[in-house]
Amino acid sequence: MKSTQIRQFLYQAVSLGMIIASALMVWKGLICITGSESPVVVVLTGSMEPGFKRGDILFLYMSKDPIRAGEIVVFNDGRKVPIVHRVIEVHERRDTREADILTKGDANDMDDRVLYTSSQHWLQQKYIKGRAVGTYF
Amino acid sequence: MHSFGYRLNALLTFAVTILALMCAMGSLSDNLNTPSPSAEIQIMNINWFQKQPQGNDEVSLTMNISADLQSLFTWNTKQVFIFVAAEYETPKNSLNQVSLWDAIIPAKEHAKFWIHTSNKYRFVDQGNNLRGKKFNLTLHWHVMPKTGKMFADKLVMTGYSLPEEYR
Repeated sequence: MKSTQIRQFLYQAVSLGMIIASALMVWKGLICITGSESPVVVVLTGSMEPGFKRGDILFLYMSKDPIRAGEIVVFNDGRKVPIVHRVIEVHERRDTREADILTKGDANDMDDRVLYTSSQHWLQQKYIKGRAVGTYF
Repeated sequence: MHSFGYRLNALLTFAVTILALMCAMGSLSDNLNTPSPSAEIQIMNINWFQKQPQGNDEVSLTMNISADLQSLFTWNTKQVFIFVAAEYETPKNSLNQVSLWDAIIPAKEHAKFWIHTSNKYRFVDQGNNLRGKKFNLTLHWHVMPKTGKMFADKLVMTGYSLPEEYR
């Protein structure tokens, strides 16, 4: 093989490596900035229709602000797939400032109690991974 | 450098960037809108007020909700999700928010309305603190855009209270 061919191949390999590395940096940077493990999610179910349809892209942001009723949150209490639903009840304890939370999809008639793993009546704040702040097209 | 593949790649990248920019501008245009919503909630009747077998208080009430939320709508609004929450405090909890009723307003024409309804969702306390309880009814609205940032606000109406005794 001629040295120019080797050089070209190496050049392409390094370029590809740079592209992958910068994509990874942007992704990790977004995780840091938004404070959420998955700053961009795709809506997987139709339980939030007509607001969010299957396939819609949501931007998440996690701040230390307490969770309040009406917010659309992404939670994962040890299930395979995180769920994007709206908070309909909040009971915040005076002493610990921790809150018991109940969620429900806009298009569902029933709240999510049957979905919570470990048959808990309330969702703990720690299972909330992010708040939906915006949608892309 | 001028093959079909390169050109297609450049075109697609450019298109996606322009699309993202347009969505961002569309979202920013929502900030130009200054909403002036109004609402009024009357409790027409306390249907019943009981302590459940598990020990939690539950109340069923009928409300008259009227609101004018037309000023929330912009060209970039997909729908407005509204809900009425009873908000109160108890010795154990510094804040309780219980959603009693919600609705989706799909268009500006439907944003000025009047409804007579009992609570869609059960008003259950964590405990039995509701006798004689003073609470606020807050109308929350969440504007879901066609693209971009969602924003939310609320109107707090105070002065409601529950009966001293179960009935």
